Amino acid sequence: MGDLLSGFADALTPENLLWAFIGVTIGTAVGVLPGIGPALTVALLLPVTFRLEPAAALIMFAGIYYGGMYGGSTTSILLNTPGESASVATALEGNKMARAGRGAAALATAALGSFVAGTIGTIALSVAAPVVADLAVNFGPPEYVALMAVAFVTVSALLGPSLLKGAASLVIGATIGLVGIDTQTGQARLAFGLPSLFDGIDVVIVVVALFALGETFAHLVAGTGDSRVTPLRGQPMLSREDFRRSWPAWLRGTALGFPIGSLPAGGADVPTFLSYSLEKRLSKHREQFGRGAIEGVAGPEAANNAAAAGVLVPLLTIGLPTSATAAVILTAFQSYGLQPGPQLFSESGDLVWALIASLYIGNVLLLVLNLPLARAWVRLLTIPAYGIYAGVLVFACLGAFAAGGTIADLLVLTVLGLIGLLMREAGVPVAPAVVGLILAPLAEQQLRRALALSEGDWSVLVSSPLTVVLWVVVALALIAPPVLARRRRRVSRTREETSSTH
Amino acid sequence: MRITWRPAAAGPFVAAGLATLLLVVSLAAGRDDEGFLNGRQLRLMAPAAPGGGWDQTAREMQAALRDEAGRTEVYNVAGAGGTIGLSQFVRFERDPTQLMVMGLVMVGAIESNDSPVALDRTTPLARLLTDYEVIVVPADSPVRSMDDLVTLMKDDVGKVSWAGGSAGGIEQILAGLVTDAIGANPADVNYVAHSGGGEALSTLLSGRATVGVSGVSELVGQIRAGTIRPIAVSSPQRLPTLPDVPTLKEQKVDVELANWRGVVAPSGIGAEEERELEDLLMRMTRTEAWQETLQRRGWLDASLAGPQFDRYLIDERRTVTDVLKKMGLA
Repeated sequence: MGDLLSGFADALTPENLLWAFIGVTIGTAVGVLPGIGPALTVALLLPVTFRLEPAAALIMFAGIYYGGMYGGSTTSILLNTPGESASVATALEGNKMARAGRGAAALATAALGSFVAGTIGTIALSVAAPVVADLAVNFGPPEYVALMAVAFVTVSALLGPSLLKGAASLVIGATIGLVGIDTQTGQARLAFGLPSLFDGIDVVIVVVALFALGETFAHLVAGTGDSRVTPLRGQPMLSREDFRRSWPAWLRGTALGFPIGSLPAGGADVPTFLSYSLEKRLSKHREQFGRGAIEGVAGPEAANNAAAAGVLVPLLTIGLPTSATAAVILTAFQSYGLQPGPQLFSESGDLVWALIASLYIGNVLLLVLNLPLARAWVRLLTIPAYGIYAGVLVFACLGAFAAGGTIADLLVLTVLGLIGLLMREAGVPVAPAVVGLILAPLAEQQLRRALALSEGDWSVLVSSPLTVVLWVVVALALIAPPVLARRRRRVSRTREETSSTH
Repeated sequence: MRITWRPAAAGPFVAAGLATLLLVVSLAAGRDDEGFLNGRQLRLMAPAAPGGGWDQTAREMQAALRDEAGRTEVYNVAGAGGTIGLSQFVRFERDPTQLMVMGLVMVGAIESNDSPVALDRTTPLARLLTDYEVIVVPADSPVRSMDDLVTLMKDDVGKVSWAGGSAGGIEQILAGLVTDAIGANPADVNYVAHSGGGEALSTLLSGRATVGVSGVSELVGQIRAGTIRPIAVSSPQRLPTLPDVPTLKEQKVDVELANWRGVVAPSGIGAEEERELEDLLMRMTRTEAWQETLQRRGWLDASLAGPQFDRYLIDERRTVTDVLKKMGLA
């Protein structure tokens, strides 16, 4: 506790506060731009910061990191163009809300949810990091296979109204995920001999293409370029009702996001999908899902930010970067002579505590910056579609080019954008494609690793208590909904019968 | 067309514009310096994503070259063990201001990816540094030395699972070389590939792999903390960072493997230009900034330029191709 307080003392100097503010502002800005993520920003700023005090630089990077997570929700909600995979779940309900004139409420619940989750996540990081890290290292390939199975059976809520179309989209995503050199054998798959496809297709490019380009092309085809959305209808900010529906979703999102984010191969996208499915299952307003349910924004946004804090657990305690941004922050650590790992807290404790303290401060600054901005952002919708989507197109291309640095990336972006348009025209939802794109390769690699380690013995998949527990969850998730549905039907029928006898 | 200016609506665009401007300025705000390049700026390609070894090398060079050659631009072209970057780099023929970081991993990737472009279409300038590999086991593993491991492998090569980085990369090459050296068949190696050293480490820590292989600098923290136990390093002599860990050769496994990194220029540059660039790089390796970098990152100085480096490259290519062929990867 004393460590954390002295960390606050280090981080709260006017100069460091300024760096934190610069960090969150840049972070929010790059989070808003599709495709230009915090990883690239930190990498570009790294050489510039060599002259800074290590504490100041790390504080700025922490601000960029959290800020990027915040900013990502804005374009998802307002324009249905998530800039990264972790914001996809937010776009599902958030954009429906924006179109119904509830954009400000969606942005507000996203900002508050991010703040709540970020704060709880940071607290968990400062008190429980070593414990969580110990648990996380027990996660080997068999455990991941079981976790992926849980994810697959629970994300059905994301598939949309038609199971067939949702599954088709899932398969399209999984196929895109297969492109590139296979990690286990080093052989290229579905690359058609094109060297640019050897490294696979960047998830960011797929997300930007399917959502942003698909959306743009759809406006073009439908000739709705002149359309605009009424930005505000009814109450501008969170109503009491909204708040009452949001806060449990924030907490559940946080509970999913932090632990999964802490896993060495967890990441921030899987918990957002799980949170969306969970909210849809638990909601008393299920009929609103698909038409703008606020829980569907609150949960995934909280999960996203809690996972962002969780990602720092393996980074700080094992020296294991689990996202692109974490990898770059690791580089930053090393250039200041910090070696993340089990001894980081004992060897360079004061810097680490300053970093953790600045995460708290960054969170508060972000809330201060973003809550009032929500109303301003919503005004974006008053620009006609052609204006907005021209800008989106520019940044989508810029982002795709920045991600890979080759013209081929732009071609891939365009082709995938056309696929996105075809899917839209056929009424196939695009979100499941992103789920397939992320889950399928992960599940495949982990399954093959598990089997390689056991020399082909399938019993490795249930070789630890943790895997057994996860498979039981899978079984429950498969069996419970139909059973519950039948019971509910029976109950309502008996109720009808009793009421009719009267 | 009528466009009305609304301050509130412009907010996001102003923010976006500012951020872009900041990024561009941070890249371009260099100073013009007269040197042998006549004030032209060097551009240095890191053929990998930000954060990896080549990227780190390029960005450290950028810092160390500041006094020698002014502002250098670093950019990333990620993918396929550097072969995507290489295939773009060969287009800069005769341009001495373009440089690319490369290393053993690229030599291997060219073979295992069947890359249409090889390093013979570049002008090798210098080797700069090496990072050696270390073979580790979980702290509670019964394996205590290379002898134990060799016994296990001679019993059944497939029973020993190796967790390491990408397929065909340096870790798998080392696993193949070790297997070959003890007289077993490298094609039987049970190698479990991961996208990076960190992921491989987590598989090893979960207790499911027999041994792990990774760069020394990546694992030093874990080794010091005692969560994993080193059993051998791939260097010719013991390493200053891990003085208690014996080499493979000390343990009667005749293998030596360095994960070296170097720099190449495009083909077709003049002999004079080549000499000037090599001089520049050698001067850089002697700067205080560079020596401090090596120290900080746990890299070892391995400067080698001119015809010696050309010969070294040919040798390395032969060794790597040979073992990859035996493993059925090339």
